[in-house]
Amino acid sequence: MFRELGQMLLLFGETVKALPLAWRQRRKVAEQLFEIGNASLFMACTLSLFIGGVLALQAGPLLTQRGLGSLLGGLVGESLTKELGPVMMAILLAGRIGSAMAAELGSMRVYQEIDALRTLNIDPIRFLVLPRVLALAVSLPCLVIFAILVGSAGGALVAHFNHDVGVPASTFFNNLRSTLELRDLLHGLLKTFLFAVMIGVVCCNQGLQTLGGPRGIGRSVTKAVVNSIVFILVLDYVVTRLLLPLARYHG
Amino acid sequence: MTPPPPADPGVAVQVRGLRKSFGSQTILDGIDLDIRPGEIFFLMGPSGAGKSVFLRHLIGLEVADSGEIQLNGTSIGDESLRDRFRLAMVFQSGGLLNSLTVAENVGLYLAEHRLKPPAEIARIVREKLALVNLTEQDALKYPTELSGGMKKRVAIARALVVEPQLVLFDEPTSELDPLMALTVGREIVHTNRMSGATTIVVSHDRDLAFGIATRIAFLEGGRIIAVGTPDQIRGSQEPLIRRFLAADFSPE
Repeated sequence: MFRELGQMLLLFGETVKALPLAWRQRRKVAEQLFEIGNASLFMACTLSLFIGGVLALQAGPLLTQRGLGSLLGGLVGESLTKELGPVMMAILLAGRIGSAMAAELGSMRVYQEIDALRTLNIDPIRFLVLPRVLALAVSLPCLVIFAILVGSAGGALVAHFNHDVGVPASTFFNNLRSTLELRDLLHGLLKTFLFAVMIGVVCCNQGLQTLGGPRGIGRSVTKAVVNSIVFILVLDYVVTRLLLPLARYHG
Repeated sequence: MTPPPPADPGVAVQVRGLRKSFGSQTILDGIDLDIRPGEIFFLMGPSGAGKSVFLRHLIGLEVADSGEIQLNGTSIGDESLRDRFRLAMVFQSGGLLNSLTVAENVGLYLAEHRLKPPAEIARIVREKLALVNLTEQDALKYPTELSGGMKKRVAIARALVVEPQLVLFDEPTSELDPLMALTVGREIVHTNRMSGATTIVVSHDRDLAFGIATRIAFLEGGRIIAVGTPDQIRGSQEPLIRRFLAADFSPE
């Protein structure tokens, strides 16, 4: 456990050190961005639509019964922006993209592709890890903004058409606009960025540490996804706690 | 026919007291070897004798528990080694990057280190692929579309691009039919003669060893039990070498 943590920190340090060479890897970053978008956009859309819908479905009747239905838009928007959007999209990317990264790097390790890079004096961290981490760091925040928009639409749809909620879409969006502030979005995006870097480092590290053939690759993929989800939830608490003094309603 | 003079003299390799264990298992148990510049040195021995592990030490992919490896007097652990010597290795599986085409694989070293402009890289790639009998159509394929023999030849072309002074081959003829093994063996000799690079081949292929080696070392249980010319090894009275060389399939 502590050994893995150490390896991840080392890999993170090496990746940061390779950052000045990021421009040279722009083609690979673009390829990764395309793959991430291709693999996750539809899933992100479906997931966030239903998350927004279920939030409105759960909270809507309670608020309406107490005459607070007009506050539903703000509640759904805040939840999506600061918590559910970043966390759910990070988990989605860990499962869909992180696992693929761990499998690909694991396979490259097992089939001596990474050794071949080293013999050609090419740093595998610069060549393989940096483009993946950068692509995740760019794509996950974009995906979260997209998820917030789609999730809000899902919430508005349920609020408008569900008889137990009965909040017009215009009221929903008016409240969402007046409640949500730029700092809420920045709060969510900061978390998202940290999640993205963490997923990239955890999954690439698992891939690079793969040993023992196809079974080893399978083990690495499982560990990459499980560790990423655990780290996402731990990091979520830590970052939320650290950002709490900045929240406008704190204290 | 006299071979052309070496274009770039190879490096001499000196190994002293090399030891390596994985857990409680000793893989290399005090290897001492001197490999001369420009020769084709063949390391032979049964499976699991530690041949590939030895090779990985030479290129810096493994760190020895103890002992020393020097290339022309420079320790393998010296960070500046790569600035002074160009090393290349042809892996058993080829080690080709599956996400890149054959041409991109072969030109990877030049492109990543920005040693030549793209047009020049394309020309060099074509030239090296032609040397290993691969066409421009083959250059556009991905490694997953190639046969085992073609992958080995692409790996050799990639090694040639580096213009190595020391080139290592790990089981170059494994998984190849006899004709393809012959072709790969000829490529090794051709590469060695053209570049003058010191060539180290690790394999248990007896025909290949006696066909191309300048000298042969026999590794068993992590130790070198004999070193000599192919004729000296053929005439060795070491029981294990005699058994190894005489082993043949004859139905009882």
